[in-house]
Amino acid sequence: MSLGNPLLPEPAEIVEKRSYGPSIHAYRLRLLAPDARPRFDFVPGQFNMVYVPGVGEVAISISSDPDDETLEHTIRIVGRTTRVIDGLGPGDVLGLRGPYGSGWPLQEARWKDVVVVTGGVGCAPVTGAIDYMFRRRANYGQLTIVHGVKKPSDLIHRERFESWRRQADARVLLTTDQPDRAWRDRSGVVTELFEEIEFDPSRTVLLMCGPEIMMQYAIQNLRRRGLSSDRIFLSLERNMKCAVGLCGHCQLGPEFVCKDGPIFRLTRIERLLFTRGL
Amino acid sequence: MTGAKPAPAQFLARADLQRLLDALRARGYRVIGPVPRDGAVVFDEIRAVEELPRGLREAQEPGRYRIEANGRDTFFDVVNGPGSLKPYVFAPREELLQIEPDGRSFRAQETLPDAPKLAVIGVRACDLAALAVQDRVFLEGRYPDSHYAARRPRLFLVAVNCTRSASTCFCVSMATGPEATQGFDLALTEQEPGFLVRAGSPAGEEVREALPLAPAPAEALTRERSSLERCAATMQRRLDTADLPGMLYRNLEHPRWMDVGARCLSCGNCTMVCPTCFCHDERDEPLLGEPDEAGVRSVRVREWDSCFNRDHAQVFGLNFRPKIQDRYRQWLVHKLGSWIDQFGTSGCVGCGRCITWCPVGIDLTEEVPALREPGG
Repeated sequence: MSLGNPLLPEPAEIVEKRSYGPSIHAYRLRLLAPDARPRFDFVPGQFNMVYVPGVGEVAISISSDPDDETLEHTIRIVGRTTRVIDGLGPGDVLGLRGPYGSGWPLQEARWKDVVVVTGGVGCAPVTGAIDYMFRRRANYGQLTIVHGVKKPSDLIHRERFESWRRQADARVLLTTDQPDRAWRDRSGVVTELFEEIEFDPSRTVLLMCGPEIMMQYAIQNLRRRGLSSDRIFLSLERNMKCAVGLCGHCQLGPEFVCKDGPIFRLTRIERLLFTRGL
Repeated sequence: MTGAKPAPAQFLARADLQRLLDALRARGYRVIGPVPRDGAVVFDEIRAVEELPRGLREAQEPGRYRIEANGRDTFFDVVNGPGSLKPYVFAPREELLQIEPDGRSFRAQETLPDAPKLAVIGVRACDLAALAVQDRVFLEGRYPDSHYAARRPRLFLVAVNCTRSASTCFCVSMATGPEATQGFDLALTEQEPGFLVRAGSPAGEEVREALPLAPAPAEALTRERSSLERCAATMQRRLDTADLPGMLYRNLEHPRWMDVGARCLSCGNCTMVCPTCFCHDERDEPLLGEPDEAGVRSVRVREWDSCFNRDHAQVFGLNFRPKIQDRYRQWLVHKLGSWIDQFGTSGCVGCGRCITWCPVGIDLTEEVPALREPGG
């Protein structure tokens, strides 16, 4: 057994499970080996392969702050492996390997205004980055967070959105397609909020994650208003088996989304991104 | 291929070819060679030269492969079959990890392959080029593959220069053949009286010294040059590689994709016979047998996959390449275009297997020129 084999999962115990409705849970994980945590140092936006022994692996972004001792993964129950994860809770042990891929450009965004646009469970890959910026608030300019969900019950990490909203000098816009009576925020699709966002294209960086159709619309809108492609970053989702650029599934043109992404600067993938069937 | 001309050739009499097999076996190699089986020539273990496809050649066309007598006493007149070196370095199915319960936790351990010394006889220049492509894919990235790395140095390669091409060959266009100029331990050129033999590595030199070799007659060397030149000059298929990645990227919406998508069965044969395709699946499989008290042990298995499989690009019920034309485009654009961006080399070596073994005879040397034509 060679140390550092990129395919070897590391046992990690679930120490907390927060449920957002029946099919989305945020798991806090603590690596069992006392010396393992430094190997999992990550940049927000990177992901781990989350492993259920004997069942399989799924690629899940890390939704916690990089300074936290525990690692958080927000997991939507959609397939064979995640259905097993659905039944697990504190005390159960999963495997982790990673971190893999690229992170959000948190250094490049320093001293700039940051607009975050997310949809649905797509907020999870950015939550760690937002926490990171708030903890280093003086390093960043205006923060604008725009997040849309289909139904109010799809709003995950609500407590984080609320805490960001309470901060001075930050704007948080939430919207849902199907508001219920308890919903206090906007209604409509997330793209309808773009006209409300004020930004100075010369000092703004855009971070996006969500359905590609949402990102496509956001790109059109914000570029028309002067934001250049090299200031736009987006996180992509593709089928991933190995996470090390070898199994071939996650390719988008020349890019292996697992290792060249999942966070891309738009200029790098512009010619490919919205070609159907690629 | 570029590179200096290999060492001077010597002559091995036809009757002494068995001595080569014996010399390799004496050095602990399992010897693999082309053997006729089930209507094709495939690679398998051999002990005697009689097992080689003696006096046979193959006729290859898009979607067609037939073995026939050539009326001559030859061992290596069959250019190739569906098999390449790929399975000997990148196994079609293998275990990567063993996972066993450990209390409420688990222990995962890497399982490295048992990599026997293998000598492969009858390797073509295109196959050597494909192995060089695979070396880049599996060994030169940030995470070198430990299984490939275990097997690769155990190979001893006896190349055979091509003095005849199949109708589906286009190695000249891909600059990979028909002559093996690098990457082999020994190279043979077959002629009626025997073989011209060259060593391409210290291991090859050592084996060569064990053979009953004579100086190569000047006439044989002249004949070798002219036969290689004739093979290159008469190659029937060509592929214009000029601006290939750029041309493909500019034509992602070309109507030809729909046309070829309508003919393609999405069976994945082309990716299985391709000597460079590396897509694979990874999954956990429980080990059969009685679970012990600790629970069920399992293995992480990897198995060749294909970008033509329906779920290759599927995630969360969302399929990024739902149509066959999407999957053919992925394969061709990757093979001839984005492969160069990823690995600094084309993924195609011009062996023509994808043409022959396509059940409906789709021919990438026809698809590429069609994509160069204005669409609409």
